[in-house]
Amino acid sequence: MEVCNAGLLTTVQDIGRTGYASRGFRENGACDKHAMRLANMLAGNEPDRTAVLECTFQGPVLRFSSDTVIAVTGADMEPAVNGQQIPRYTACPVKAGDVLKLHTAVYGLRAYLAVAGGFLVSPVMGSYSTDLQCGLGGFHGRALQEGDILETQEKASARLAGRSISAAAPWLRQPSNPYRIMGDSRTVMLRVVPGPQEDAFTTEGLQTFERNLFCLTANSDRMACKLEGPPIETKNGSDIISDGIVEGSVQIAADGQPIVMLADHQTTGGYAKIGTVISVDIPALAQLKPGEYVAFKFVEYEEALRAYRHEQSKLDEIKKSWEGRNE
Amino acid sequence: MEHNYLKLKPVGDRALSIELGTEIEESVNIRVTELSRRIAAARPPGILEVVPAFTSLLVYYDPLQTDYSRLQILITSLAVDSTRTAGRSGKLVEIPVCYGGRYGEDLSFVARHAGLTEKEVIKIHSGRDYRIFMLGFLPGFPYLGGLDERLVTPRLDSPRNRIPAGSVGIGGAQTGIYPLASPGGWRLIGRTPLKLFQPDQPDRILYEAGDIIRFVPVDDRDYEMG
Repeated sequence: MEVCNAGLLTTVQDIGRTGYASRGFRENGACDKHAMRLANMLAGNEPDRTAVLECTFQGPVLRFSSDTVIAVTGADMEPAVNGQQIPRYTACPVKAGDVLKLHTAVYGLRAYLAVAGGFLVSPVMGSYSTDLQCGLGGFHGRALQEGDILETQEKASARLAGRSISAAAPWLRQPSNPYRIMGDSRTVMLRVVPGPQEDAFTTEGLQTFERNLFCLTANSDRMACKLEGPPIETKNGSDIISDGIVEGSVQIAADGQPIVMLADHQTTGGYAKIGTVISVDIPALAQLKPGEYVAFKFVEYEEALRAYRHEQSKLDEIKKSWEGRNE
Repeated sequence: MEHNYLKLKPVGDRALSIELGTEIEESVNIRVTELSRRIAAARPPGILEVVPAFTSLLVYYDPLQTDYSRLQILITSLAVDSTRTAGRSGKLVEIPVCYGGRYGEDLSFVARHAGLTEKEVIKIHSGRDYRIFMLGFLPGFPYLGGLDERLVTPRLDSPRNRIPAGSVGIGGAQTGIYPLASPGGWRLIGRTPLKLFQPDQPDRILYEAGDIIRFVPVDDRDYEMG
């Protein structure tokens, strides 16, 4: 497959790199892991450990060099093959010479492209994900550029025909995120397990966090979503003894503004963490565009665990239904 | 510091934090290293990774295999008597450093700030061993304890865009090494010819948290010969 136009930031990703954080390596991987998994499942791939393309805001233009089946999920970039719009969340056959164009996102920020069998790049420390900061993994450790040629796995794909997740079933396309309704507008509500440093904040600070909307700034990237809103009050400043951070960690910076870590986050951090966005709510955050708002809501750990397991069983059911039908 | 301070907290739904102290102290960090080893040795089902830090550990787990309350019980029992180490101390890693000149352009500033000569700064900096409290920021970036108080130097007002790989620096009360080129605000006093990070063997990091680093001064010629 040839890259005719690379788009704004198109990288090879999978579920991420685990087991190396103690040596300072980042997790990396798709920012919206739910959309990435669905793309792989639609294309008949193992959901977590197959390389996909993550396309950011302005999508790429790609020419296929062999017949295959593709699936596009996540942000709506109005995908088109040879100028003809194709359905998202659907396994679509393409022929050698076909040109896929992903446009500017009309909804969401990050789209995922899977091909049957996956993109063939060499795994680095057990993952195909690109580490842009260290120049590791993915396609030569960097974002795609015009003229790049990516190999794809040849794979019999006839049995994938008909795999689709209907737009009429949004609860299957996305994890079930709660929303906060304010007037006519719906705002993404991120559920947050408090801590580990919630004690660093005043009661008022904790209330400011839960009762206000925060705007995603243009300064955000794959490392972190930097948010802006009323400053969150700490008891004695936000500096802590640096400790480990995870995807979803909500650090409160010295200026009282929240920074939510995404896939490319550093392994340790020195700001107090008011909480951690629960795993199933991170995809909704990863799809926010600068200028859009989020709200936060504290939940118990048990709710986070239940939601995680529920999403997993939902994915298992979808997978089983397709495999059953096509056997 | 209390010898059995232990505080566990969930970190979202796939990690938990274990705090073993509230001050950066060697005795606390020794307990961190010891507990990290014990968890790794116990190989409890569902634990994916343990990340030691100054006074705490972060434990990643698979929420489909285990959960916070199960791990809480296990870790609390493993943490008993963690001041009693198994006797295995960290290994000593010697880092050759070419101090000053084009390899350490801030050495003269650090010397002036301390009211010392450059030679004295080198002697003090290389004259003691440093415990690696944790790795973070970049692959293989060691946070070292024990910088001589005389060498404490404020960071740059605005960070440099690109610090060369191997640079040895001082940032406030800390000293460390940049294993790969990156932006950074520390004062650069020297550089090591050792390849601390190799893109073709990225997981080959020479040291881990709990190990001891000793800086060994070398001259330009040794540096060039690598």
